[in-house]
Amino acid sequence: MSKAKNQQETSGPNSVLGPGVPAPEFKLRSTQSLRPGRETSAPGFKLQTLPPDQFISLSELRGRPVILVFYPADWSPVCGDQVVLYNELLPEFQRFNAALLGASVDNYWCHLAFAKDRKLRFPLLSDFEPKGAVARSYGAYRQQDGICERALFVIDADGTVRWSYLSPLDVNPGAEGILDALEALDSKREVAA
Amino acid sequence: MTQARMIRAKLAVPINEERDHVRGPRAAPVTLVEYGDYECPYCGQAYYVMKDLERRAGNQMRFVFRNFPLTTVHPHAERAAEAAEAAGAQGKFWEMHDLLFENQQALKDQDLMEYATIVGLDIPRFVREMREGRYLNRIREDFLSGARSGVNGTPTFFINGLRHDGSWALATMMAAIEDAAREGRR
Repeated sequence: MSKAKNQQETSGPNSVLGPGVPAPEFKLRSTQSLRPGRETSAPGFKLQTLPPDQFISLSELRGRPVILVFYPADWSPVCGDQVVLYNELLPEFQRFNAALLGASVDNYWCHLAFAKDRKLRFPLLSDFEPKGAVARSYGAYRQQDGICERALFVIDADGTVRWSYLSPLDVNPGAEGILDALEALDSKREVAA
Repeated sequence: MTQARMIRAKLAVPINEERDHVRGPRAAPVTLVEYGDYECPYCGQAYYVMKDLERRAGNQMRFVFRNFPLTTVHPHAERAAEAAEAAGAQGKFWEMHDLLFENQQALKDQDLMEYATIVGLDIPRFVREMREGRYLNRIREDFLSGARSGVNGTPTFFINGLRHDGSWALATMMAAIEDAAREGRR
């Protein structure tokens, strides 16, 4: 087992985007919509075709914090534990009005099966075509393996990266860094108000 | 390796003897905390390791259990945790804790009822508190304290407040307990 659990540092040997920079915009196909009260896929077609407009973009989430979680692959053991943990913490993230998004290079159908199996209640985004383009823009793509890094980003309501963390690939980074970052955002807002 | 700059996660909420379930000598130099889930198979294996460990560590160690039910993948874990807490309210936490881990395959409500009878609980009270969800908040508090402490799966252990990132095999745990006892930190 790796000893390298949870170093809470922003950058490692690879350079993920650090705090203070604008978060690169994206629009990716999603397993779920975050737009409330909007049916994005005709129920009858749900399983046969790709939902025509089920995409999530960063800009549509302006006004609330975003937790963006890049992970290597659906179905891999560590990823499974990680998404299950975050799923369990959704009520806590919602307390901060934060939107949680998972992202990997897996395609929509793979994501859908994974999300169903793990009963995920948050969207998984497909950074599938062009492959890993969004992950690259966040410095969270592993060229040599063709998968995303295990990298976490907390983006504030104005679209600026406030915290990021690159985890060793085989280590589940847990949630305390995310929770600390959300809390720090909250206290800043209170000071500003 | 980049290990030198690793920071080991720390227990965010210290042990509170009034609130926490603590087994073993109060004056022990080492406190081992487990965040666990009654339906998690790894926790089930770890349960027997912990039993051996407690026996071998003797006066060196006390053991604390906190709830970390992963409810979406383990549908009975939260009910089981509630049953343990309800038993705890009647002074029988560890009896129920042990029974649950020894019977992980049978954690439906009717099973929990049977265990309540076996450990000798006041059944009407047990039933009432289970129906009310009396201990759900407490379980959620445990869960969040775990998340804040760097619990990233179950079981996760803390030895004298620092997360134990190695394996939880008996020999490894025993060595870690002995190290902590020597360091004398608490």
